[in-house]
Amino acid sequence: MLSGILVFNQKGENLIFRAFRSDCRPRLADIFRIQVISNPQVRSPILTLGSTTFSHVKHENIYLVAVTKSNANAALVFEFLYRLILLGKSYFGKFDEEAVKNNFVLIYELLDEILDFGYPQNTETDTLKMYITTEGVKSAIANSPTDSSRITMQATGALSWRRSDIKYRKNEAFVDVIEDVNLLMSATGTVLRADVNGQIVMRAYLTGTPECKFGLNDRLLLDTGDSSGGKGSKNGGISGPGGKATRAAAGSVTLEDCQFHQCVKLGRFDSDRIISFVPPDGEFELMRYRATENVNLPFKVQPIVREIGTTKVEYSVAIKANYSSKLFASNVVIRIPTPLNTAKTTERTSQGRAKYEPEHNNIVWKIPRFSGQSEFVLNAEATLTSMTHQKAWSRPPISLSFSILMFTSSGLLVRYLKVFEKSDYSSVKWVRYMTRAGSYEIRF
Amino acid sequence: MAMNKIRGAFAVPRKGETFELRAGLVSQYAYERKESIQKTIMAMTLGKDVSALFPDVLKNIATGDLEQKKLVYLYLMNYAKSHPDLCILAVNTFVQDSEDPNPLIRALAIRTMGCIRVEKMVDYMEEPLRKTLRDESPYVRKTAAICVAKLFDLNPGMCLENGFLEMLQEMIGDPNPMVVANSVTALSEIVHTAPETKALQVTPNTLRKMLMALNECTEWGRVTILCTLAEYRTADVKESEHICERVAPQFQHANPSVVLAAVKCVFLHMKYVGPELAKTYLKKMAPPLVTLVSSAPEVQYVALRNIDLLLQKQPDILNKELRVFFCKYNDPPYVKFQKLEIMVRIANDRNVDQLLAELKEYALEVDMDFVRRAVRAIGQVAIKIETASEKCVNTLLDLINTKVNYVVQEAIVVIKDIFRKYPGYEGIIPTLCQCIDELDEPNARAALIWIVGEYAEKISNAGDILGGFVDGFNEEFSQTQLQILTAVVKLFLKRPDKAQGLVQRVLQAATAENDNPDVRDRAYIYWRLLSNTSDQDATKSIVLSDKPPIVTTISSLPPALLDRLLQELSTLSSVYHKPPEQFVGQGRFGADAVQRAAIEEQIQNARENPLAAAAAAAAVSGATPPAQTQNNVENLLDIDFDGGAPASASKEPTGQMSGLEGLAGTPVRVQSPAGGAPAPQGNNNLDDLLGVFGDSGAAQPSSSSPANGGGGGSADLMNGFSGLDLSGNTSPAPAGDQSKKSTQDIMDLF
Repeated sequence: MLSGILVFNQKGENLIFRAFRSDCRPRLADIFRIQVISNPQVRSPILTLGSTTFSHVKHENIYLVAVTKSNANAALVFEFLYRLILLGKSYFGKFDEEAVKNNFVLIYELLDEILDFGYPQNTETDTLKMYITTEGVKSAIANSPTDSSRITMQATGALSWRRSDIKYRKNEAFVDVIEDVNLLMSATGTVLRADVNGQIVMRAYLTGTPECKFGLNDRLLLDTGDSSGGKGSKNGGISGPGGKATRAAAGSVTLEDCQFHQCVKLGRFDSDRIISFVPPDGEFELMRYRATENVNLPFKVQPIVREIGTTKVEYSVAIKANYSSKLFASNVVIRIPTPLNTAKTTERTSQGRAKYEPEHNNIVWKIPRFSGQSEFVLNAEATLTSMTHQKAWSRPPISLSFSILMFTSSGLLVRYLKVFEKSDYSSVKWVRYMTRAGSYEIRF
Repeated sequence: MAMNKIRGAFAVPRKGETFELRAGLVSQYAYERKESIQKTIMAMTLGKDVSALFPDVLKNIATGDLEQKKLVYLYLMNYAKSHPDLCILAVNTFVQDSEDPNPLIRALAIRTMGCIRVEKMVDYMEEPLRKTLRDESPYVRKTAAICVAKLFDLNPGMCLENGFLEMLQEMIGDPNPMVVANSVTALSEIVHTAPETKALQVTPNTLRKMLMALNECTEWGRVTILCTLAEYRTADVKESEHICERVAPQFQHANPSVVLAAVKCVFLHMKYVGPELAKTYLKKMAPPLVTLVSSAPEVQYVALRNIDLLLQKQPDILNKELRVFFCKYNDPPYVKFQKLEIMVRIANDRNVDQLLAELKEYALEVDMDFVRRAVRAIGQVAIKIETASEKCVNTLLDLINTKVNYVVQEAIVVIKDIFRKYPGYEGIIPTLCQCIDELDEPNARAALIWIVGEYAEKISNAGDILGGFVDGFNEEFSQTQLQILTAVVKLFLKRPDKAQGLVQRVLQAATAENDNPDVRDRAYIYWRLLSNTSDQDATKSIVLSDKPPIVTTISSLPPALLDRLLQELSTLSSVYHKPPEQFVGQGRFGADAVQRAAIEEQIQNARENPLAAAAAAAAVSGATPPAQTQNNVENLLDIDFDGGAPASASKEPTGQMSGLEGLAGTPVRVQSPAGGAPAPQGNNNLDDLLGVFGDSGAAQPSSSSPANGGGGGSADLMNGFSGLDLSGNTSPAPAGDQSKKSTQDIMDLF
C-alpha cells in the first residue's frame, strides 16, 4: 500500500515528508518536484516512474502526494488524499501552505494516527479530535489511562463515530436538504442534461445513543405498491415552503442512486428500504443522492449573442425565474463569457449590476435578490480590438450560480425523522431545504 | 511565538544550525528541548541530514509528554539506520511503553517498534508483540496486527517461528471489527509477498466473520475485506450467491473506493451465480457507477478507467446513461478524454443523435487534442452504428466547412475509415479535394491520397491532383510517399491513358532518388507487376482487389488481458490497463523472477512444511542484493539500498549512488494513457503491418488507439505481398542495373 505521504508547496518545497515503508526514500521528493511540479506537460494525476507511482491532488496552493511502490488501490489512494484535505480543513479551517507550515507537528501526528504501515486507519474527524488537538492541552488529558481507554474504545468500536456519554438539555436535530442542480443546455435551447446531486446534512444534538429512522418521499423508499402516487411528481414538485406539502400533493421522487454515511445500516436499507442509523454527534452528511427525472429548473436563460464583424459582439440575455412567487433566490450571479480580445464593454440591466471582469473574460451580472416568476434582461456590447492573427472564439457556456431556500429541484421532501432512545425523551426536529447551482451551464 | 521560530526554520539555513539544535536538545528547560525537537523534525523534512543529533534526540525519549514522545519516535524511525548501535538505548523505553497502562502509549510503542528496521530491535520485539496481540484494548490489538506484517517484512523466519501468523489468523475471529479488518489486511499483505506461507486461507468460518465485520468496520477496512473476498474462489454457487447478497448493500456507501471494491467483488463472483441473478446485480451496480462520475476529478478518472473495463466485458450496463458522460467545460483533460471513449462505447442507435450533437460541440472547442479526439470519436460512431453513418458524414462535412486546419485534417483521416466500411459516399469527394492545400500532416495527406487513388475513376482531375504530389515526392513523409505510389498505380490501372507519364515519374522518383527501403521496395513490386505484360488482369486483380471492410475502430483489449484486468479493478493496473508486472518492480524484475523461481523450487521440495519453505524464501531474499546491483544501471530509481537516509555518506558506497538517482530523472516513464500524446507519426510502417494482420483477422488491430493511417496502406501492402507470390518472377530485383532493365520493361509495356 502507501509507501509515503508528501506535501509540497507550489514552488516545490517539501513541507511534509512521512515515509511509512522503507522503500520511500527522501530522494523521491526531488523526483516528484522535477517530474510533476516543474513540468507543465503533466496531464494526469497518476505518474509512474520505474516502479514508483506518484498520485497527486492539488488543493489550494499545496500538492498532496501519495507514493506507492506496488499495484495499489488507486481509488483508495485518492479518496484518502481527499480525506486528508477534509481533516486538514476541519483542523485548521483552511488547508494551505500557511496552515501546513504552522502545524507541521500536528500533521505528522495525524498522519501517524490515520496511516499505519501505509494502510488507512480511523479517519473520523470527531474521534481524532478527541486525542489529537491543536493545543497541547487536551493531549494531557489523553495521558490519563482511563480517558484514553475510553478514547481507544471509541476509535475502534462498532460505533467508532459516536461517544457514549453525550448529554444535551434540549434534544434537537437539524436536517438540511441541499441540492446542487446541474444543467447543460444547448445553443438551441434543448436540455442536454439536467440532474440533481443532493445531500442531506444533519446536525444532531441528541442525548445518549439514539436510534434514528428517516423517511423521504422517495419512490424507492415508499411502498412500491403505491404506484398511483408515483406519477404525480410531474406537476411541479413542491410549491411553497416544503413542510406544508402533503405526501399526495408532492408525489414521489425517483432517486437514481443514494449513498449513505457509514453510520447507516446498509443491510437494512437494502432489504427493507429503511434508513436507520445512530448519528454521530454534531454535523455530518447523512446521505447523498442523485435524481435525473422531473428536475425543476429554477431559471430559464435565453441568450442572444451576435458577433458583428470582427469588432463587436452584442448580447441580450433574458433570465426568468421558474419557481413560486413566494420564494426568492439570493446571490444570483450570471457569468457571460466575452472573447479574449475584448477591449471594453457597455452593459444595461433591468435589475442588479453587471460588470466586466477582464481577468476572467466575463461579464458578471449580479442580482442579490431574485423573486419567483420575475424576468430580467441584460443588454451588453463588447468592443473587440483587432488582432493580426484571427482566432476563433470558443464560446464557453454562460454559467449561473445561485441559492434558493425552501425549494428542491428534485421535489424531494423529508417525510419523517424519528428518534428512539432508551430514556425516551422528546426531541425537536427542524428541516430546511436549499437548492444551489452545481454546474448550471447554457451554451450559446 | 513558537510559531514564528518554527517558520524561521524554512528560511535559509544559518551557520551552525546543528550546533544550535544540539544545544537546545540538551537544554535544562523542557520547553526548549521540545522546541528543538520540533526544529529538528522540520530540518529533516527539508531534506537536511540531522542524523548527527541522534544521541541528543534519543536522550529525550523518556518523557511523559505524549506529543514529544511521538516526535522523538518519528525521528527514530527515520534515522535508526544511521546509528543501529545506539538504537539499543531506546529498546528499554519501548518495552516499558508497551506495558504502559495507557492504551494509546502501548499502541504507539508497538507501532513505532515495527518501523525501526534494525536487526537488534527486531530481537526485542517478540515479547511486546506477543503481549500486545492479546491486549485487552482493541486499539492496541489492531495496531499489533499490522505490526506482524511489518515484522514479516523484516524477518519472516522469526514471524513463523513464533507463530504470529497463527495468532493473526485467530484474530479474524476477534469481536472487534477493526481488529478483524487489520488482521485481514496484514495477512493479505503477507500472502501477497510470500504466497507459500498460505497465510490467508478463507474458510467458511472466516468468510462468515469477514462478512460480519464488513458492515461494522471503517470504510478502509471494508475495502480490504471486499478485495479479499473478491480474490476468494468460492466452493459452490450458494457461497457466491451469499457473498453477492451481503456485498451488494455496500454499493450505497459514501466512499467511492468502497463502492468500487464492492463492484469488483460482486462482478467477479457474479460469474458463478445464475444469469437472472447476475442480471439484477448488473442493474444494481449501474447507478452507483454513474454516481462515481460526479466525485472529485482524480477519483472520477480512476472510476472512468474502470467503467471502461467493465463496459468492454458488459457493453450494455450503462446504455441509458449517456448524458452523465457529457464533458463539462471545466473538466480536466484526462477526464474529458476518458469520457469521450466511454461515450463511444455506449453509443447505440437510440442515443446516437444526442451523442453526435454533443461531439460536434466538442469539435468546435479550442483544446486541439480534445478536438481531434472528438472528431475521431465521430468516425468511430459512424463505423459502429451503420444507421448513423450518414449523419456522421454530414457532421464531418460541416466540420470540414469550418476550415479550422486541424479539424479538417482529422476529419479527412476519419472519413477514409468510413469509406473503407461503407461504399456510396463518393459524392463528398470533391469537397474533400478542395482542402488539399491545407493538409500538412502526413496522416491526413496520406488519407486523402488514398481516397483519390481508390476512387480515381470517379474523380475527373485525379491525375492533376496526384501530379501535384508526385512533383514534390521526395519532400513528403515516407508514409505519404507510400500512399502516393499506390494511388498513382491505381490511377494508372483504372485510366491508363491519363497516368502513363505520372507512373513513370513516380516509380523513377521512388526507386532512384529515395532512401527509404520500404518505399523503394514497394515501388519495385509495382514496377514488376506492371511489367508483367502477359496477364494484365492479374495486376489489376491484385492492386484493385476488394478490401475487407473495417469492423470497428474502437480499441479494445484482448479478452485474456481484459479478464486479468477485471481482477485488478480499482487498482493502478486497471487505470493503466496493463498487468501489474509491467510497472511494478520493473528495475529488479530479473531478480524478482529469479527469486520467484527459487521459491517455486522450494515449494516443490517442502510443500508439506511451510515453515522451512518460508525460511528458504527468506534466505533467497537475503541473497538478492548482488543481483540487484547488476540491475542498478538499468533503473536507478529502483535501487533498494534499504538506506532511509545517507547518514554518513563516506562510510557507505550507496551515498554516491543515491545522489545520482536524483539526477537520473526518468528512467522509464509510464505516462497515464489519456495523457499520452496521440501523434502516431513515424510509425506508419508499423501501422501498415498491423493492418495486414487486421485484414487477415476480422477486427482492426487494437494496439494503436488512433486506428488510422494503416487503413489504406495495409490493404495495399497485402496486395504487394500477394503480388510477389503471383508474379512468378522469383528473382528479387536488387537496385542498380536491374532497375534500368525494369525501366525498359515498363517502356515495352507502353
